[in-house]
Amino acid sequence: MTKKTTEELSNIASQVRRDIVRMVHAQNSGHPGAALGCTEFMVALYFKILNHNPAFSMDGKGEDLFFLSNGHLSAVFYSTLARSGYFDTKELSTFRQINSRLQGHPATEEGLPGIRIASGSLGQGLSNALGACLTKKLNSDPSLVYVLMGDGELNEGQIWEAALYGAHNKVDNIIATVDYNRQQIDGPIEEVMSLGDLKAKWEAFGWQVIETDGNDMNAVVQSLERAKTMTGKGKPILNLLKTEMGYGVDFMVGTHKWHGVAPNDAQLTDALGQLQETLGDY
Amino acid sequence: MAKYTFTEKKDTRSGFGDGLLEAGKKDKNVVALCADLTGSLKMGDFKKAFPERFFQTGISEANMVGMAAGMTIGGKIPFTGTFANFTTSRVYDQVRQSIAYSHKNVKLCGSHAGVTLGEDGATHQVLEDIGMMKMLPNMVVINPCDYNQTKAATLAIAEYDGPVYLRFGRPKVPVFMPDDKPFIIGKALNLIEGTDVSIFATGHLVWEAILAEEILAEKGISAEVINIHTIKPLDAKAILKSVSKTGCAVAAEEHQMSGGLGDSIAHVLIQNQPVPLEYVGVNDQFGESGTPEQLMKKYGLSAKNIVDAALKSIKRK
Repeated sequence: MTKKTTEELSNIASQVRRDIVRMVHAQNSGHPGAALGCTEFMVALYFKILNHNPAFSMDGKGEDLFFLSNGHLSAVFYSTLARSGYFDTKELSTFRQINSRLQGHPATEEGLPGIRIASGSLGQGLSNALGACLTKKLNSDPSLVYVLMGDGELNEGQIWEAALYGAHNKVDNIIATVDYNRQQIDGPIEEVMSLGDLKAKWEAFGWQVIETDGNDMNAVVQSLERAKTMTGKGKPILNLLKTEMGYGVDFMVGTHKWHGVAPNDAQLTDALGQLQETLGDY
Repeated sequence: MAKYTFTEKKDTRSGFGDGLLEAGKKDKNVVALCADLTGSLKMGDFKKAFPERFFQTGISEANMVGMAAGMTIGGKIPFTGTFANFTTSRVYDQVRQSIAYSHKNVKLCGSHAGVTLGEDGATHQVLEDIGMMKMLPNMVVINPCDYNQTKAATLAIAEYDGPVYLRFGRPKVPVFMPDDKPFIIGKALNLIEGTDVSIFATGHLVWEAILAEEILAEKGISAEVINIHTIKPLDAKAILKSVSKTGCAVAAEEHQMSGGLGDSIAHVLIQNQPVPLEYVGVNDQFGESGTPEQLMKKYGLSAKNIVDAALKSIKRK
């Protein structure tokens, strides 16, 4: 992959954030909050960390794979895929519309390049990623498998089934990330369903845990580079990515209220005023 | 005179286990996952022959199904094994999103289906699984009738590219299908030709249908017995061809009447050729503990019930 500087990555992130708010505004539907919060992570992955081929193949042999478990972050996923060459950025204008490949939540049904499995019903992506890890090992493919989950998503029991499996079976070619924005739909996690000491919890389940300042591009890149060096050592890796929902748009930051709400015309203008157009709007 | 005989009884789950081992020998991409029921699913021989391709998931069916979906990415052909109840109703949403909607080449293999699971009782006796699974787009649903057919079906689904639910059972039942019969997904088998009534049976009820045909023959009634091993895609052509000759039908299955094979056949008949159809199945009830034979009798799933249904169907012509 290209050796992008932090500044170049930050410029891409600014454009991806513009894409997100424009996509959600255009259809008056979607989930801007967590998508904005995970923009540094997604851009760092696709423009720096992953060894991947935008000439998409479902089997992804010899490539690193990424799974989005919290599928409602589809806007940031689609923008990142389009901006890294999987499909034309013009197609972002069809987000959530009838007859589009850009479904509300990611799907394989319409054949959108870059999507390997449907997600949206929560809790399934870590299992999917572990399965892909097992196949990589069977195929003697040294590439890595990445997955992003939400922190609210950790309410799902299946995540902890998968956590047990990964540690017991020494699945050490996975780098799983939790978007730790401390918010879920009905409110702050501490009010809805406390997760306790997440780092201690994952460590108790037998995972190596790293913590990342998720909205600092430099920190995200360094953390993921470090995570790569921790693979192949008999333990799965969990990256606690501390983010702010809505990061980059001042009136959306740090609240669950923008989980699934689209900005109106005035709010869109306000948001775009805060986000530099670096690569050209779609 | 008996048109089908048997010399031994074997469980269909052993047909699955032996078929899986053979599929594993034929294709190194075949892998197996099991949720702590290796012995019950007869997956031990596969595990012994291919330890690197066998994955023990513990009692975590949701994770097993999700991992199986992920394993297809890179070309593996995963077979998951647990009780039928735990690979359908327990993980329906995981099957729906990660496998059916995502077009993943996973073979969901469920043993101990229906009341013939026996003494463990209703918590384990799934009678709704065919209905649930056939409703999922992209899903193939197969319910073979004996050891030989289950083994053949296991080999056939390994070569089919797409999601499949394979349903089989616990008890030892007559082995009457030829052991050299290739299994063709979606192709019904006409076991006994007849002219007065068509009996469409699946799974353990196929043998009961064969017994019923003998009883009917003694009464001077000519019954046609068709083995519908594949509920989806359903062989509508074979069904219509048969009823165009007989003019009435019976559907027999170890499943709720609602949503199973009977309803699939009714759908075909209503749209093409409405003829009387009687159901042999469980009538909106949960099962209970007992021996398989006792339960088949109590829940109306024996040859006698098929005979009664056939007579009623003929009367309605």
